[in-house]
Amino acid sequence: MDADYVIDCKGLNCPMPVIKTKKAIDEMEPGQVLKVEASDKGALNDMPAFAKRTGNEIVESSEENGVFIFYIKKA
Amino acid sequence: MSEEKKKRMAIIASKGTLDMAYPPLVLASTAAAMEVETTIFFTFYGMDIINKKKYNHLQVAPIGNPAMPSPVPMPNIIGMLPGMTAMGTMMMKNMIKGINWPTIPEFVDTCLESGVKLLACTPTMEMTGLKKEDLVDGVVIAGAADYLDFALDANISLFI
Repeated sequence: MDADYVIDCKGLNCPMPVIKTKKAIDEMEPGQVLKVEASDKGALNDMPAFAKRTGNEIVESSEENGVFIFYIKKA
Repeated sequence: MSEEKKKRMAIIASKGTLDMAYPPLVLASTAAAMEVETTIFFTFYGMDIINKKKYNHLQVAPIGNPAMPSPVPMPNIIGMLPGMTAMGTMMMKNMIKGINWPTIPEFVDTCLESGVKLLACTPTMEMTGLKKEDLVDGVVIAGAADYLDFALDANISLFI
């Protein structure tokens, strides 16, 4: 999947992936897609909670060698 | 989400040790990222978290704190020895660094940048002789009624 922006949150712990994601999304246009790479296991539940509360949509998520990848579309 | 009324969180931060300074800042910055309107009211020792002279030097004491991890098992009373608080603080700061967590000043900045309202309690300032210029820029001096006015409409209210 193509992303307009990518942020690397590998090695960061809760709540930093969520905070960095929000910062990145604030700079984007509606409809653009952000790719978030995180290693924090909390992100697995934190990202959906963040998306639900902010109205942004997780269009795809996966895991590769302990790295969680989320594609989030800005509302 | 915009058509709904924004959720609110109100926190009272009353402790000034390193371990107790993180929870209000972590929750507030996360809430702000989730578009929750958030206020932290700092009172008593909690004021140290927004005191420019102190917030980079918050400490944690091993004495009276049996939960504190120790490299070797030792009786808690050892914590009374000179230097043990500095040692415990150094250990915890290293642990915090080890998980790439921001420092207290960095977390305070993150809160302010993301729109968290930081209120400083006036009686605590009077009592301890603190001036507005001793506090982090962006902190608002306020009383209990101002905090309660916000907290009465909050979905989450915490005393830390």
